[in-house]
Amino acid sequence: MRKKYISVAALAASAALALSACSPSSTDGGGGGETGGGETQGGGETVRIGIKFDQPGLGFREGSGDPTGFDVDVAKYVAGELGYAEGDIEWIQTPSANRENALEGGEVDMIFATYSITDERAERVGFAGPYFVAGQDLLVRQDDTEITGPEALNGKNLCSVTGSTSAQRIKDEYAEGVNLVEQGGYAECVTYLESGQVDAVTTDDIILAGLAATPENAGKFKVVGNAFTTERYGVGIPKGSDQCQAINDAITKMKDEGAWEEALTANTEGTGYTPDETLNNGPDAELVSCEA
Amino acid sequence: MRTQATVLFDAPGPKARRNILLSNAAALVVVLVIVVLVLIQLNEQDQLAPEKWANALNANAWANYYLPGLKFTLQASGIAVVTAMVFGLIFGFLRLAPFGPIRWFAGVVVEFFRAVPVLVMMFFLYFFFSRIVAPTGLIASADAAYYGVIVGLTVYNGAVIAELVRSGVKSLPKGQREAAAAVGMTNNQSLRLVEVPQALTAMLPSLLSQFVVIIKDSALGYLIGFYELLQYSRQLGSGYSNILQTLVVAALIFIVINFILTWLASKLAGRLSSRTGGDTAPVTSTTMGPALPVR
Amino acid sequence: MNGFLELFAEYDIIGAFWMNIRLTILAAIGSFALGTVLAVFRISPVGSLRAIGTSYVNVVRNTPLTIIMVLGVLAVWGQLKITFSSDFELNFFVYAVIALSIYHAAFVCEAIRSGVNTVPQGQAEAARAIGLSFLPAARVVVLPQALRGAITPLGNTLIALTKNTTVAAAASVAEASGLMKTMIEFNPNLMVSIFLTIAIGFCIIVIPMGLLTTWLSDKLAVAR
Repeated sequence: MRKKYISVAALAASAALALSACSPSSTDGGGGGETGGGETQGGGETVRIGIKFDQPGLGFREGSGDPTGFDVDVAKYVAGELGYAEGDIEWIQTPSANRENALEGGEVDMIFATYSITDERAERVGFAGPYFVAGQDLLVRQDDTEITGPEALNGKNLCSVTGSTSAQRIKDEYAEGVNLVEQGGYAECVTYLESGQVDAVTTDDIILAGLAATPENAGKFKVVGNAFTTERYGVGIPKGSDQCQAINDAITKMKDEGAWEEALTANTEGTGYTPDETLNNGPDAELVSCEA
Repeated sequence: MRTQATVLFDAPGPKARRNILLSNAAALVVVLVIVVLVLIQLNEQDQLAPEKWANALNANAWANYYLPGLKFTLQASGIAVVTAMVFGLIFGFLRLAPFGPIRWFAGVVVEFFRAVPVLVMMFFLYFFFSRIVAPTGLIASADAAYYGVIVGLTVYNGAVIAELVRSGVKSLPKGQREAAAAVGMTNNQSLRLVEVPQALTAMLPSLLSQFVVIIKDSALGYLIGFYELLQYSRQLGSGYSNILQTLVVAALIFIVINFILTWLASKLAGRLSSRTGGDTAPVTSTTMGPALPVR
Repeated sequence: MNGFLELFAEYDIIGAFWMNIRLTILAAIGSFALGTVLAVFRISPVGSLRAIGTSYVNVVRNTPLTIIMVLGVLAVWGQLKITFSSDFELNFFVYAVIALSIYHAAFVCEAIRSGVNTVPQGQAEAARAIGLSFLPAARVVVLPQALRGAITPLGNTLIALTKNTTVAAAASVAEASGLMKTMIEFNPNLMVSIFLTIAIGFCIIVIPMGLLTTWLSDKLAVAR
């Protein structure tokens, strides 16, 4: 009797161990990267790039296929300039909350995931770029002519995601009478926008354009095109990384060659969205200095 | 069912049978009207469009979203069941310890974990794993939510199981303990060799229904960004603008699995009742069970 | 420690708990009403009503509350466009109350049914033997005993409901667990004290409920 219980316990314990060995990060898909991998950046054979998996138009992975989107295209170009073939890239999902940790923990070599350069983040991680300058904007229904900017939102319903400061900013600075709903993701917001329960969705313009450009949403929504903040999307790298200058050079080259423009157009087609010219050529687009 | 019905009602006569038939018809009509109204509204919102459902049910959806999601749901729940059992056994024993302070300590731990909502526990553990544990390199930061879910489910359900062990032992017929004492067993031997094994056998169906609770609560992981079934379904829905459809599919998967487990628990209870002096009827609790011993 | 005290000034912790308490009270009323109706369905002689009661319990009991909450907002508000108030805050509060009521009604129903099960057959037979017809027999003999037998499971359901009000965070309701998440996000160095504050808050609400349940069920137990 006693032996039986011990063997059952042993079996249970070994089963638990075996199962916990295959945590989400060690299998493909759930997101994350292998820790302590032998390859390091530069000299190794593969490069681990953190992107979003659920942001259509920027970083989106359909099924088990290759990810697509503007972030992905820029990442591929930069990786190519750094000497990696496309097949050498290992894509790793880095949700917003995990980005600093993933870099600090050495789980990824670079991050291209709508990663705004801020002073607070720069204390923990390094940045190259920016490769794009976005601004907070509004997504509205195609036939909407009333909402032309954040000031027009008084008495309207606005959707944003939980934990984002963008919706609160509108309430505080532009339209006090706006009705806010916070949801788990932008996909929910877009569903509400389509059904008419909300009148606008707010976040960075290029994210909105990416959402509106999916085949299912094509022709239904438009980006207002009146950006009222500045978000400089940088390439996240480990603090003190020596790759910063090489990444900056690659971004400059991509813009000069026209590949940047091409990637942008391809990923935001049919949404009437054009990136803010003044922002993307102005002082905000100036590359960070790589002197660490 | 039948026997309870007759506590309150006499067997229906011809007139009552006619009334019952009429009520049946009325209830059917009411249900049908509600279903039709819902379908009309859904159709108006274009939510019945065939491609939305096709995209939520095709091979891509199953192979790349539901099944991987389900795998993580079951994996996290499976691990949590095992670890919760270990936790529960240890603390169950400690709550029966002859030494007062140990008993009180175990009691405080168990009551604390039973009173704190699982979601609050998970939020905290998520931050704990991602901000404190991950930087040490022990776990990948991407796994913080995964471990948060497992540990959160473990401590809560472990505390519930500890109570099951304790109340299981207490509910055994007194004769078991007396018999053990009569053949010269010490208090410890009696617990270990006679009482707890029987309490465990009696507990098995409850453990199985606790598994249902764990599977349901693992869906809370969605709120801390754990990639389980609900999260994967959301992700699929964001790509094809059919989030309503994908969530309905996810809900159905949960219902089917839990239904099977609940059914197994009641089957098991019937088979095991001859092998223990304890009560094998599964304790069906809400997602988060009682905070104090149930008699 | 100073930083910790400032948190109380900066965040409305009491207000967040008050939200959980309001959700608990309203959803308790809602789930008790719906659960009682379902329990009556499940023990009624009408087959279709029994089928409705049974399927409701089986479906709802096996669905995660998180899904009910998310689907409620996503499908019923987002698609069926049922709006309770143009004020979002109130609207989603109502949604959270309804989702909690729907979910816990299944457990209330089971609690009441298990209470009816504790009444021995002989009680009803005796009631009929002294000439009481169905309604008086149920009202005077069966139900009073059934409700007393159901106190423990009902109390446990109420406790579970109290803790489950945290899931309302999924419906955009500002309650204690969501507040804790925000507080830790902005004050990660105070993580442990913030968690303990919220956790102890729940202990203060929940543990007396458990004690009260045990006391009540002992006091009102039907001696047999």
